[in-house]
Amino acid sequence: MRMQKVKSYKMNTETMETNKTAATKTERITGCEAIIRCLIEEGVDILYGYPGGAIMPVYDELFKYQGKIHHVLTRHEQGAAHAAQGYARISGKVGVAMATSGPGATNLVTGIADAQIDSTPLVCITGQVPSHLLGSDAFQETDIVGISTPVTKWNHQVTKAEDIPVVLAKAFYIARSGRPGPVLIDITKDAQFQEFDFSYKKCTGIRSYTPAPKVNIESLKTAAELINNAKKPLIVWGQGVILGEAEEELKAVIEKSGVPAAWTILGASAIPTSHPLNVGMVGMHGNYAPNKLTNECDVLIAIGMRFDDRVTGDLNTYAKQAKVIHFDIDPAEIDKNVKTDVAVLGDCKESLGLLLKELNANSHEDWHQEFKDLYEIEYEKVIKSDLLPEKEGLTMGEVLKEINIQTKGNAAIVSDVGQHQMIACRYAEFNKTKSNITSGGLGTMGFALPAAIGAKMAKPEREVVAIIGDGGYQMNIQELGTIFQQEVPVKIVVLNNEFLGMVRQWQQLFFDKRYASTEMTNPDFVTIAKGYHIDAKRVVKREELADAVQEMIASKSSYFLEVCVEKEDNVFPMIPSGASVSDIRLS
Amino acid sequence: MSEEIKTLTISVYTENNIGLLNRISAIFQRRHINIESLTTSQSEIENVNRFVIVVNITEIQAKKIVGQIEKQVEVIKAYYHDDHETIYTESCMFKIKSDLLFDEPQIQNIIKESNTRIVTVNREFFVLEKSGRRHEIEALRKELNVFGIMQFVRSGRIAVTKDEMKITELLAQIKN
Repeated sequence: MRMQKVKSYKMNTETMETNKTAATKTERITGCEAIIRCLIEEGVDILYGYPGGAIMPVYDELFKYQGKIHHVLTRHEQGAAHAAQGYARISGKVGVAMATSGPGATNLVTGIADAQIDSTPLVCITGQVPSHLLGSDAFQETDIVGISTPVTKWNHQVTKAEDIPVVLAKAFYIARSGRPGPVLIDITKDAQFQEFDFSYKKCTGIRSYTPAPKVNIESLKTAAELINNAKKPLIVWGQGVILGEAEEELKAVIEKSGVPAAWTILGASAIPTSHPLNVGMVGMHGNYAPNKLTNECDVLIAIGMRFDDRVTGDLNTYAKQAKVIHFDIDPAEIDKNVKTDVAVLGDCKESLGLLLKELNANSHEDWHQEFKDLYEIEYEKVIKSDLLPEKEGLTMGEVLKEINIQTKGNAAIVSDVGQHQMIACRYAEFNKTKSNITSGGLGTMGFALPAAIGAKMAKPEREVVAIIGDGGYQMNIQELGTIFQQEVPVKIVVLNNEFLGMVRQWQQLFFDKRYASTEMTNPDFVTIAKGYHIDAKRVVKREELADAVQEMIASKSSYFLEVCVEKEDNVFPMIPSGASVSDIRLS
Repeated sequence: MSEEIKTLTISVYTENNIGLLNRISAIFQRRHINIESLTTSQSEIENVNRFVIVVNITEIQAKKIVGQIEKQVEVIKAYYHDDHETIYTESCMFKIKSDLLFDEPQIQNIIKESNTRIVTVNREFFVLEKSGRRHEIEALRKELNVFGIMQFVRSGRIAVTKDEMKITELLAQIKN
């Protein structure tokens, strides 16, 4: 049996080569082989997944196609989803995850929800029980299409092999076009086995779906006029700039107009940290100046961002004095949270390019001075003690500072969720775009370790450093197995404060220090890493830190570094939840 | 835009695909909005479905919801209108014991005066059907209820708008 199948594989790949020139030519193959062929047609080189009963026919094909497409066995389906996200976030390509029916499929859901809220292009393929068993509560049957509906951009169940090419072509098109997002395709086992006449045609459009609205020149001119006449304009950009690959356009806009530009967490790295017009991060733990001055600017220019509550704080006191201009690809974002005076819909690569021509050159020196003055206050009250602490305990900030020095700001930083994430986003230096990979909207603990795997595999030439808390690390710690088996040279830094630090911080500030279930008794992380044959080191003293970080970055293979940091440090500045951005606290 | 809660009719033109109803109703559920009625049928265009959804919300909410609905890949276009901008009707059916038709002569008058149609009559029961505004149907139900109703059922609202909805043009545009 096996021999025969291998033979037919050879035959099929031969015809595939010729197929590229004659796209309309069909050949008779099974549904499961068609799935692999569709993935190859869409340029998928790596996918992440976990086998099981209802997806086994596809894995059998993966075995035959292993020279053409690399399947990475994660240790949990959630790891597969996050790895696919990391792959997508660093490369801009569609990430692919695969799982079996039932628990395999439901384990993907957290990653799918994360990708939905962070607009990450993902195609998830799940096996399903044979179509005659649908609705019968069969073994490992779950209504994954129903379950995933609210957290997918699109989803679909395939019960006939002949539908596979059209549906997968549509899946990739929807995932990557417009505002990207996750798509789930559920394929019944009988459809995987069925033979049909295969041919592949990429999807180029769907009549009910407009990926990017056309840029309206009138509103663009109104926006330009507002910016040109503004005395205190402020740009806040988000991930839309990165997804739209409009980094150069944004840079040109801010350099010509002289408008100070701040970023949301997911917008980080679109413009280098060191750029003089980059005034830092907005939001709950963002920088003092851009938060404070949001409520003093006269024109607020939002670009590819969605006014998340962690960015705006109390909406009733958010930028009320300002005219608001909103550039976005998604019409549903306009006026969703903040009332906009001028909306410029469309792909921001196009709209920013057009805006540039309408803008007057300016420098806004006095206005910039206000940012510098507030930065000085933040530096004295927060940043200095974070980066150059005089106390005995190590701070998370100084670890980031060492990583910046050793990587020269060229690394992709993959952070998890919590205090270390805020510190990483505040202090990591970015020279290159697509370098800040973190779970922003959903706040998924456990994201970083698998996402770092995906990121490193997508861009092996880049240094990828995962920064994780001791809590989130243990949520997907099993993925060390994937790192070991796949030999992924990812660098893992666990900032261990033996607490669920962010929750503890809130307990300290808002719950009278009642530390309910936030203290962690942790295992020996170094021993665990060594158990997976990963080089590992623990740092407890400041004088060991620089050398340890240097050794980690110099390593050619995966490396685990645990830094035991001060247990009860807090992240500041902070806008308490529900407070106004101008009520940002420095302590 | 008004923050007053009013009855709004949301019209949604969609592809005819499995699961879309779920996707659309989830948008209301997530925002804790009760759907007063929902009707879906073929529209004036072949293979395009139309949802008519009635909700009591503010216009600000309606605008956001229409945005979220339109965002769904298989939704072609969505609109919201108030009662002055639509022509709308509901339809209902009553099943009543046939004896009453002879024992209670007023019933015949009620049927005549309310423009209600008799769908069928047999020895055991007869069935009435009426289309109209909610208050007309309610009035009829109250009148007949005095005599006893075996079954009563009312459909959701169906509505056409006074304004044109250029779906055909929109679809043609997308094709080009």
